[in-house]
Amino acid sequence: MNTQNINIVQAEQPQLPLSMSPKKFILWLFIVSIVMLFAAWTSAYIVAQAEGVGVPIELPSLFGYTSILLILSSISMHLAYRAAKRDQLNLLRIFSTITFILGVGFLAGQLLGFEQLVASNVYFVGGTAIDSFTFVLPFMHGVHIVAGLVFLLIVLVQSFRYKVHSKSMLSIELCATFWHFLDGLWLYLFLFLTFN
Amino acid sequence: MATINVEKSHTGGAADAHAHGAHDHQQSFITKYIFSTDHKMIGKQYLISGIFWALIGGFLSILFRLQLGFPGMDMTFLKPLLGDWITTSGTLDPEFYLALVTMHGTIMVFFVLTAGLSGTFSNFLIPLQIGARDMASGFMNMLSYWFFFVASVIMFYSLFIETGPAAGGWVVYPPLSALPEAISGSHLGMTLWLISMTLFIASQLLGGINYIATVINLRTRGMSFAKMPLTVWAFFLTAVLGLLAFPVLFAAALLLVFDRSFGTSFYLADIYIAGEALPHVGGSPLLYQHLFWFLGHPEVYIVILPSFGIVSEVMATNARKPIFGYRAMIGSLLGISVLSFVVWAHHMFVSGMDPFLGSVFMFLTLIIAVPSAVKVFNYLTTLWRGNIIFTPAMLYSIGFVSLFISGGLTGIFLGNAAIDVQLHDTYFVVAHFHLVMGSAAFFGMMAGIYHWFPKMFGRMMDNKLGYFHFWATFIGVYMVFFPMHYIGIAGFPRRYYSFTNFDAFSGFTDLNMFVSIAAIVTFTAQLVFIFNFFYSMYLGRKAPANPWNSNTLEWTTPVEPGHGNWPGEIPTVYRWPYDYSKPGAKEDYIPQNIPYAMTPESNLPHETAMIDMEKDDDAVVVDREGKH
Repeated sequence: MNTQNINIVQAEQPQLPLSMSPKKFILWLFIVSIVMLFAAWTSAYIVAQAEGVGVPIELPSLFGYTSILLILSSISMHLAYRAAKRDQLNLLRIFSTITFILGVGFLAGQLLGFEQLVASNVYFVGGTAIDSFTFVLPFMHGVHIVAGLVFLLIVLVQSFRYKVHSKSMLSIELCATFWHFLDGLWLYLFLFLTFN
Repeated sequence: MATINVEKSHTGGAADAHAHGAHDHQQSFITKYIFSTDHKMIGKQYLISGIFWALIGGFLSILFRLQLGFPGMDMTFLKPLLGDWITTSGTLDPEFYLALVTMHGTIMVFFVLTAGLSGTFSNFLIPLQIGARDMASGFMNMLSYWFFFVASVIMFYSLFIETGPAAGGWVVYPPLSALPEAISGSHLGMTLWLISMTLFIASQLLGGINYIATVINLRTRGMSFAKMPLTVWAFFLTAVLGLLAFPVLFAAALLLVFDRSFGTSFYLADIYIAGEALPHVGGSPLLYQHLFWFLGHPEVYIVILPSFGIVSEVMATNARKPIFGYRAMIGSLLGISVLSFVVWAHHMFVSGMDPFLGSVFMFLTLIIAVPSAVKVFNYLTTLWRGNIIFTPAMLYSIGFVSLFISGGLTGIFLGNAAIDVQLHDTYFVVAHFHLVMGSAAFFGMMAGIYHWFPKMFGRMMDNKLGYFHFWATFIGVYMVFFPMHYIGIAGFPRRYYSFTNFDAFSGFTDLNMFVSIAAIVTFTAQLVFIFNFFYSMYLGRKAPANPWNSNTLEWTTPVEPGHGNWPGEIPTVYRWPYDYSKPGAKEDYIPQNIPYAMTPESNLPHETAMIDMEKDDDAVVVDREGKH
């Protein structure tokens, strides 16, 4: 369903209690469920840690660099959003592409980070729960990043078909919200793993 | 939804009805009945699936009740159905007994009372009662049902595999569920259970997100939160609970998958099998219990809240009185929802958890008695001096209150950490939750089906069969679950295949036999309902537009609403949904879409003052239509 129809829905129900579009609201609810998912895992991590087995793990240095990549991708996402708002379609395409490439780079970096972990004798299987969590948390975040990349790709294709512009912002708005959320989620996980 | 709204914007109100008719005829069998995006059809799909699962789940319970009531009974006649699960001596296989108990729990809690109850009524009633054309996203709604359908197929398939379905109890605690060596049900059966539940969780999240977005975004003009029917309030909060709780179950299940299939040690530690140590180190089975019950406890409210909503609505309508304490009802729903997230460890009093933590959770648990009692008193005071009409739906609502009281009282016992030491995992617990959660939610569901059947299928169900069904079920349920309290206080543990091997437990065989016979009779009585349901669907008396003289918006639609629900404009809401027997009014009900301007004879002073504001509303409507 495109934005045009949504506007009609709104026109039909004048006293719309919430000025947010239903799609956007649905996205926020998805975000809530993802937050609950990671809240469960990180609190399980704390419980497992309180059991007190295993030695603290040195996080791979690569995770620091991938975090920077992800922050940069969030910035370019915002620039793409701003370009769309100002109808600078070329800039929009350039920044969306940059965001996509940075996202792929982030994923590749995470995989290499896993290799670093293995090299330092931390394995997904065979060690303590904490060892396994060090893989599970970035991996599950990565799964969501893949979903974000698919979303980004859809918006990118739309932008080449002149479907994203100042009068048609919904898809890029949703995509940007989701992408910034994933960025924040990773920063939380990164800090969580660093300080625990 | 999209097409309808586009049509509407082009053709306007009157021609719109015609456009809808044409639209319906164009639908093929597949888009209308199978891959439907119409919330009403999806609700019916959930209902039929729920009934199917209830029959399966009920049948499984009859099988294990046979063993409990008649230990070691010759079940050779079931061999064509159960095959090798009947041993060569004709008795039920003990491991399959555990599988039966597990699948009965899983099916009833998740597939019947979660999907079948809130799936049916949230889908069917939310758009109709808040005045929306459909859900916020019809496609997501369809996806939700089909995720559920695939989950159902997988769970059903797991009943027939050689190693048997999951057998570690519906809570699937590790290490029992994590180690295939532990029990044959932890082989493929458990894997299928986990896959099925993952799909189920996805389905519930898609559905729940849709319900919340619909209630927040798509209410009609004038339908403020303070004018919403209690059903919608209940469905809304149920969806919120699901949104917060189901991801946590997914988190727990995924770690269990890793432990089972990849060899990690989240939940497993220091286990020896046949003298050999397993490689798992440092995991904690308690971790699983915490994660599971963080879902598991809100889950019991996910099951009961929709019934609260349905019963409030049915009771006010058939007592011909406003619901007593509308705001208190909402407040107690909110209170129960919040508290449901901070009481999970009362399931774990004897798990070796810190006793201090136990007393904190005991305190929080007992607080839930307050909003629950508020609800019960409000139901009773709604009935008090009402012009009660005893429709089958009303009887089921009253039955709900009865079961909720009987089952709720034992909850106060069980919430005490000290008493729980004696009662934990006995039949007392079984009796408690079957009354307060199982049967009460089932009665709410039945009340809903009898009440909204005319709206769903345009025909009435047979009342006489309905009365028979109610009394047989009501008496039957008490016959089944009341004796279990005694068996439980005597210390009988649940999930045991046989008690006759122990002298201490051989005393209650007659009571167990009585329970089993009552269970078989009650289950058989449900066939009357099945007949009534399907017979009335095709051959029942045609329903009038508003058979119960009810106030809510769904009764302002045509008898069989098409895709889009209202042929013309969506009605505007001017008043709360409980104006029954209002002093001075011509009829004993005033639907929500009747403005105060039309009822000067019954208006209260502050309502007369609102007439001027209504005129402003109309001005807005005219203005908006001008823009089209």
